[in-house]
Amino acid sequence: MIELYILLIFMIIGAIIAIEVKDLLSSVIAVGAVGLGLSIVFLILKAPDVAITQLVVEILCLIILIRATLKKDIPFSTSGRWFLNTLITLGFIIIFLTVAIKSLSDLPEFGYPMMRVAKTYLREGLAKTGASNIVASVILDFRAYDTLGEATILFTAVIGVLTIVRRIGRKKENQQIEEEDE
Amino acid sequence: MIIYLLCLVLFCCGIYCILRKRNIIKIIVGIIISEYAVNLFFILTAYRVGGRAPIFSSEAEILNMVDPLPHALVLTSIVIGLATTALLVAIAMRIYEKYGTFDITKIRELKG
Repeated sequence: MIELYILLIFMIIGAIIAIEVKDLLSSVIAVGAVGLGLSIVFLILKAPDVAITQLVVEILCLIILIRATLKKDIPFSTSGRWFLNTLITLGFIIIFLTVAIKSLSDLPEFGYPMMRVAKTYLREGLAKTGASNIVASVILDFRAYDTLGEATILFTAVIGVLTIVRRIGRKKENQQIEEEDE
Repeated sequence: MIIYLLCLVLFCCGIYCILRKRNIIKIIVGIIISEYAVNLFFILTAYRVGGRAPIFSSEAEILNMVDPLPHALVLTSIVIGLATTALLVAIAMRIYEKYGTFDITKIRELKG
């Protein structure tokens, strides 16, 4: 499990670099490093489906973000109410951490999940759905309405993107943003 | 328990970025980072010591599988995250076209 800790610390360092670096393109690339590290963590935690999806989504996300930041590298101001903003932010984070650490003690220990619902899926999944991959049988059979809702959200997001980037009454339509949503 | 704490630290990095930064792209970066942290937390709760990936095979009997339910939920959540990121970036680019800046303190006129 030591590699898990190393990867998580790598991800935290990548996140801090992404937050603090001045150049926008470098920041986006650092986020890409964090996402790819996350995909390896999923693989170590025995979630291959999630790892594959994370890899694909990460690359698409990177393309969209690079498209947004290209040639638009503007230094951003940090002047004005610097102290108050930092104080409010740190206060919020401290409150959040206190509550989260209090509630962490109620979780089952790492490595020993309860699996109350999943026991049924594991026992009857193969017989009921005929899929050998239990994750696929959960998202496509037991919880198919979730997937329907996901498709609805994707459709709504695509319509929203098209509405925002559309230009009415202009001839050139070549500057459409990439909508690589699945 | 320490691994949950590291995951929380990652989430707090994202929250700090959302609340503190003034560049719209940086705010989007913060949202993406905190989303990663939440997904990671779900997969961490699903892990089982010595567990195997939840895929049956015909010849071997696999006994201890990891929890497949959070995997399915996170699979949905990742794709939705991509859709919302695309929407956010589209809005940010529209704002850049109109105001010529990503700085949220310079965007003052709210009428369309």
